[in-house]
Amino acid sequence: MALQAIAFYMLAFVTIAAGLLVVSARNPVHSVLFLITAFFSAAGLFVLLGAEFLAMLLIVVYVGAVAVLFLFVVMMLDVDFAELRQGFAQYLPIGGLVGGILTLEMVFVAATVATNGAAAKNGLPNASPGGVPNTEAIGRVLYTDYIFFFQLAGLVLLVAMIGAIVLTLRHKPGVKRQDIGKQVARTPKTGMTLVQIKPGEGISE
Amino acid sequence: MDSTNPLLWFGLTTGGILLVVIWVLLSLAFLLLADRKIWAGVQMRKGPNVVGPFGLLQSFADFFKFVLKEIVIPAGADKVVFILAPLISLILGFVGWAVVPFAPGWVVSNLNVGILYLLAMSSLGVYGIIMGGWASNSKYPFLGALRSAAQMVSYEVSIGLIIITVILLAGSMNLSTIVDKQSGWFWNWNVFGGGLKNIVLLPIMVVSMGMFYISALAETNRPPFDLPEAESELVAGYQVEYSSTPYLLFMVAEYSNIVLMCAMISVLFFGGWNPGFPIGFTAGWPPFLVNLLLALVFYAKIIFWFFMFAMAKAIVPRYRYDQLMRLGWKVFLPTSLVLVAAVAAWRVFGPGG
Repeated sequence: MALQAIAFYMLAFVTIAAGLLVVSARNPVHSVLFLITAFFSAAGLFVLLGAEFLAMLLIVVYVGAVAVLFLFVVMMLDVDFAELRQGFAQYLPIGGLVGGILTLEMVFVAATVATNGAAAKNGLPNASPGGVPNTEAIGRVLYTDYIFFFQLAGLVLLVAMIGAIVLTLRHKPGVKRQDIGKQVARTPKTGMTLVQIKPGEGISE
Repeated sequence: MDSTNPLLWFGLTTGGILLVVIWVLLSLAFLLLADRKIWAGVQMRKGPNVVGPFGLLQSFADFFKFVLKEIVIPAGADKVVFILAPLISLILGFVGWAVVPFAPGWVVSNLNVGILYLLAMSSLGVYGIIMGGWASNSKYPFLGALRSAAQMVSYEVSIGLIIITVILLAGSMNLSTIVDKQSGWFWNWNVFGGGLKNIVLLPIMVVSMGMFYISALAETNRPPFDLPEAESELVAGYQVEYSSTPYLLFMVAEYSNIVLMCAMISVLFFGGWNPGFPIGFTAGWPPFLVNLLLALVFYAKIIFWFFMFAMAKAIVPRYRYDQLMRLGWKVFLPTSLVLVAAVAAWRVFGPGG
């Protein structure tokens, strides 16, 4: 237990510190890197809870794919920091108000969950109910009780994907594309013609 | 390795980690040489043959050369990220070995989701490259990093889907269980469909093995997919500004990832430590000896696949970037999706379902 406690406090500290640094770092690329650190240590916390499947999904999906594209975009942006900080004082009151309301709400939700939620009745949430590995446990509820929501979520993603493709797909005329089948099928017969040229005349198309 | 005493557990795990890391590092030293020798052999050169007999100690000579040189950090570089990038690459190149089962019970951490862990760690490998490329504050490294990010994200998709076919066959994400399911004769290996009753799956699994091999080449930035460091276009890609030890770390990480991919192919498709015939005759042997033998079998498979990686480097010309993307998204992704559907259908409606 002592090792787990050490691991928990270390991961928790890193998660919160990285979260703070995401918003306070001056360089946006550093912010994204801290965000990745936060994701990663959150995955560690999932492992400590016994929810190893969720932890791995968090790393594969968020850290391995989403955050890479994030980093990709942020690195290519040309952000002028001086200009960004100009309106800071102007936006401080409204920003502070929104942030304060969100914080209050989060505290209320957390307090309610702690006193009245599932965790209050059963102690710690059980990552592997009935002794089955939690991958199987998730599968059992996801494909039975929540199958409609699961399918709906998939459908929403599909619609979003089709939408993105429809919005960005343009068929530019005159673009030369590679057709590998055509290249392979090309023979000397189809690819070249022999022309007899008389001296002093040249050829015209 | 489950022990009630936390200190004993800590000691055992640390010892196991050290053993695996030293084994991998030593293997890398000679595999690197083998890579150069194979490459040289294909081109009818001799390859490194000066340091030690047959040049066997060449990697160690290179190691000292790298370590003793000065570390040059460009003036405009982001120093912290610049140094962090090769370190992250190295660490991610080695943590994957934690779940690789070398023989029955010989695994540092027998995770239930071992295969997902491997996928996660190999997908994180992109950060070392993209951070190194950005922190160098130079055009070529940056272009190399961007290419590499797009390439690795693309091929991860097909690797993930192919892994699903294996998970469907084995019914488990634990690597030791996956290997155990392939014990006995070689037709139990996943590449042959995993058992005679699944022999219908043979063509499907052979195709998915081939696609996994090609995707692994792309995922580890090996030729013919080494576009992040295409020297004819980008000098050396993300490694341009790196010198001495940081460069060495990048290199070691790259090769560790390659060998890890070889181990993954062996575990997922070629039975891991199973030699391909029943090992009943070892019943009376001491367990340590049996395990050692099985670990050697596994090692031989890794070396075979490393040879295949080296041959691909030697004989296949580099892909163009649009061809690489076309292969990943338009060929591998749909094909692997169809394969997953086919294997799933067989598992549900076939004799095993």
